[in-house]
Amino acid sequence: MTDAHAARQPATFAFSDENADKAKVIIAKYPPRFQASAVMPLLDLAQRQNDGWLPKAAMDHVAEMLQMPPIRVYEVATFYTMYNLKPVGKHHVQVCTNLPCWLRGSDVVVGACKRTLAIDFGMTTEDGMFTLSEVECLGACVNAPMMQINDDYYEDLDSDTTEKILSTLKSGGRPKPGSQIGRHTCEPAGGLTTLTGGKASAKKAPKRKTADKGMEK
Amino acid sequence: MSDAIKFTLNGKEVEARPGETIWQVADRQGIEIPHLCYSPKPGYRADGNCRACMVEVEGERVLAASCIRKPTASMKVNTASERAKSARAMVFEMLLADQPAKDKAHSPDSRFWNWADKMGVAASRFPARQAPKPDLSHPAMAVNLDACIHCNLCVRACREVQVNDVIGMAHRGIGAEIVFDMGDPMGLSTCVACGECVQACPTGALMPANLLDAKGVHKGKPDRHVSSLCPYCGVGCQVTFHVEKDKILYVEGRDGPANRNRLCVKGRFGFDYVSHPHRLMKPLIRKEGAKKDAHGTVDAANPFTHFREATWEEALDRAASGLKNILGRDGSRALAGFGSAKGSNEEAYMVQKLVRQGFGTNNVDHCTRLCHASSVAALMEGINSGAVTAPFTAAADADVIIVIGARPEQNHPVAATFLKNAAKQGKCLIVIDPRGQMLMRHATHALQFKPGTDVALLNAMIHTIIEEGLVDEQYVQGYTEGFQALKEKAKAFPPEKMAAVCGVDAGTIRTVARKFATAERSIIFWGMGISQHVHGTDNARCLIALSMITGQVGRPGTGLHPLRGQNNVQGASDAGLIPIVFPDYKSVENGDIRNVYEELWGRKLDAKRGLTVVEIMDAVHDGVIKGMYIMGENPAMSDPDVGHAREGLAMLEHLVVQDLFLTETAAFADVVLPASAFPEKTGTFTNTNRQVQLARPALPLPGDTRQDWWIIQEIANRLGLGWTYTHPKNVFAEMKKTMRSLDGITWARLEREDAVTYPCDSEDQPGHDIIFGDGFPTASGRAKLVPADVTPPDELPDDQYPLVLSTGRMLEHWHTGAMTRRAGTLSALEPVAVASLNPGQMKKLNIRPGDTIRVASRRGAIEIKTRADTDVPDGMVFIPFCFTEAAANLLTNPQLDPFGKIPEFKFCAVKVESAGRADAAAE
Repeated sequence: MTDAHAARQPATFAFSDENADKAKVIIAKYPPRFQASAVMPLLDLAQRQNDGWLPKAAMDHVAEMLQMPPIRVYEVATFYTMYNLKPVGKHHVQVCTNLPCWLRGSDVVVGACKRTLAIDFGMTTEDGMFTLSEVECLGACVNAPMMQINDDYYEDLDSDTTEKILSTLKSGGRPKPGSQIGRHTCEPAGGLTTLTGGKASAKKAPKRKTADKGMEK
Repeated sequence: MSDAIKFTLNGKEVEARPGETIWQVADRQGIEIPHLCYSPKPGYRADGNCRACMVEVEGERVLAASCIRKPTASMKVNTASERAKSARAMVFEMLLADQPAKDKAHSPDSRFWNWADKMGVAASRFPARQAPKPDLSHPAMAVNLDACIHCNLCVRACREVQVNDVIGMAHRGIGAEIVFDMGDPMGLSTCVACGECVQACPTGALMPANLLDAKGVHKGKPDRHVSSLCPYCGVGCQVTFHVEKDKILYVEGRDGPANRNRLCVKGRFGFDYVSHPHRLMKPLIRKEGAKKDAHGTVDAANPFTHFREATWEEALDRAASGLKNILGRDGSRALAGFGSAKGSNEEAYMVQKLVRQGFGTNNVDHCTRLCHASSVAALMEGINSGAVTAPFTAAADADVIIVIGARPEQNHPVAATFLKNAAKQGKCLIVIDPRGQMLMRHATHALQFKPGTDVALLNAMIHTIIEEGLVDEQYVQGYTEGFQALKEKAKAFPPEKMAAVCGVDAGTIRTVARKFATAERSIIFWGMGISQHVHGTDNARCLIALSMITGQVGRPGTGLHPLRGQNNVQGASDAGLIPIVFPDYKSVENGDIRNVYEELWGRKLDAKRGLTVVEIMDAVHDGVIKGMYIMGENPAMSDPDVGHAREGLAMLEHLVVQDLFLTETAAFADVVLPASAFPEKTGTFTNTNRQVQLARPALPLPGDTRQDWWIIQEIANRLGLGWTYTHPKNVFAEMKKTMRSLDGITWARLEREDAVTYPCDSEDQPGHDIIFGDGFPTASGRAKLVPADVTPPDELPDDQYPLVLSTGRMLEHWHTGAMTRRAGTLSALEPVAVASLNPGQMKKLNIRPGDTIRVASRRGAIEIKTRADTDVPDGMVFIPFCFTEAAANLLTNPQLDPFGKIPEFKFCAVKVESAGRADAAAE
């Protein structure tokens, strides 16, 4: 694997003119002598320019731009899982399997992904369309289980919706991101409620005395 | 704020000095606290990550890491409470879970195991993780991360101490690991093998590769530890030789003033040359009729084609009688001697005394002629002192640091670490060199100028300083002379006009000049890129002028520092191994001084200055010099136009060579005397910082070899000189009689203190690091400013020879390679002769990396492999001069600087053509 990927490492990397301008803007956000802080957004920019993965040449280029020793950039790039150090498919499918997603059925989502794409975690489909990754919490527990494909979150998944999303992508379509059960962002799954009653406009709900007491202090 | 802090440690009232941590106070009080990720060695920052040093602080909820926690007033600290002890034991138990069992430990004597034993932690209740595989890709170091505890001392060693930035901590959480670059095998990474990480590692995860057996276990144990020095460059690192059964097991850096425990690849891994099979064990005498062929070679592994073994008695008699015959027949001027800057001060003194007292001539010189003669000429002329005015560690106090014509990362690696430390502190580092170098990555300004245009560039800086009114008028008036002439000369060098000449834009020249002049403290370092030119003295004059007109000398963080090349080039020069001066640079042409030595040595001495290295070879060709004595020098490799030098050596009627191996020079000898290697001898050595240091023997002399001082004395006595030294310390005592530079320094003091800087006022005072705070030792007390004109290099490229050849050293190989190419690890790292060219240039010439090329100049030709190197500018070839199979000096130009008599090693015209494609498999 390593050798095959080493073979795909480009010898050089340079930002496109457009991205070079963007890089300048990013660097300017940080005061002089602290511009190494721009390393993360610049690596992200480089990854986007390079089909979703970061070759060594790109890290070296960023290191040079920020006058950092290359090893410092490698450390950052290997620390954060969002930087892909190996080539990825056109669609990078990242399924969260942390506790909340797992309790809400991420095993089923994972199963659907593996079945539909016929690959395991860490693999890329032969046509180069999909890479499947298992990831840590992506911060959307409220809509668990979920997965991220490139820049989009797909939430409230089950086996069918997962399969449908992947099939749509396979056939070149663009599935609707967000909740797949029709709720608006992270509103409660059972519709809007209030502290005082079942519905947002209801006035009958009993007062939460303990909470009030706490507030009085 | 600087008051001591009173607090309670284990029930006792103690005081912490400002900035001290709990661990440091405890250590001072003799209280042991275990520690792994913390190293009390200089240069290491406490990190507090391993938790092996936890202590209890009364009233605090959690334990504190004593290595990083500083005490506050009336704090009550307990290092030995049950809670602290059990927490520390738990840390060790958890770490131990992943370690290889003690009987399989890579280093059973590691700091980790020593602490675990002391604390009684022998087993772990925790499961082990999966052990990483060993990485044995590097010839010098073994990486066994199964013993790694992620304390990241190696990261700090690599990043903060030596500033090589190779080692890092990659990934996260349970996947975290120590990596080299992008997780490359160490042997394929950008590692420069300084071995700082090996010295720092507390577990044996990083170790010298040669210590481990096939199972990865270190079984040996040194039976003695000898405090000595590194024999390689002028930095003068102090080392400890760890010796087992008369073999050097491994080498570690000591806390010397010039190295603070640091070493480089040569000083740590380059000592097995002493037991190389080529080592001469018996004196050799040239066989009857064995021809001296200037263009042939004698196999160093089998000298018996041309030589036979002899007893010391016979060899010494033959050596001395040959010299005596010539002396009797042709007089003193027919003899000459070379000493060596690799020998001790005592040996250097003895060689010059032998030549002056025994041969009756001043024809004595050594390789300083080939490295810094022009710098010394300019310094003597300007400030009447050839040594540095400040140590390289003064970089820490400087605001602006100029490094010009030097590649300290290759040639003075440990000095370079101090420059990089300074740059990391935010100091302005200006690196000026025609070739690029890694140091430029740390520089605020990196100027790659056209080779040979030093004077144009430096005069443009002087012009800027004068024109913009940045001269330190008071200093110029008080301490210099000749400013008007300099001012007149500098008028002709506006940066705007010089930009085209030297290839650096005018704005940059002006900026750099302003920074240097206006900074509170500026210091200049230079190397052979300045000195090895026909205009070497002029180059150095410009640097001196820069410092003087801005008053950047004589204060902490300021000064002039020519980085001396060989380990004892300062000392050998001080000891008078120079044809024009007695010890301490006293002119041989001064009758009063000569009287002193005539009295001391009991004979009339040569009143005329002698010939220099290259002039001596010319005099051999002219039939004037017929006999030579060469101790430890290798002119058949190091002279310019070495073909000419070899012809000279072959013409000699009688040549005596004293060396470790049958060097290229010894191949022409009539008698070869097998001498002592550095780790076998006692002596004093003076480094580039003017620090006189004591070397102690770690190994016995092998075979029938002898101490160098003994051999010199035997020859002297066969010439009837009646010397009676019984130990180098007798020689040192004699040197002190006439050398004021050794005042305050005694043998006993060196045995006690290891190093003393000169000048030194008295035996109970430290020497002066920074000199010339109040004028100069010139007749007027002022520094003489000498304007310099542009002299082009002697041989410019033309249609026939279109490229510039520059020569020098490489990190792994020292000088002519006699030692390092016989050191296993070093030659494994750089095994073959290589010429470096710019990839663009290679494309133009249709050459690929690894191809063999033929490099030819008007004087000779060599065949050599190529390496692509973006540091080398277009139009240049760089070849190190250490390779006997492709000796760069067959090509170089012997034209001399008129003042320093140094040849132009850094510039000659060559042509390059392909001489064979690399195999597809190679490189």
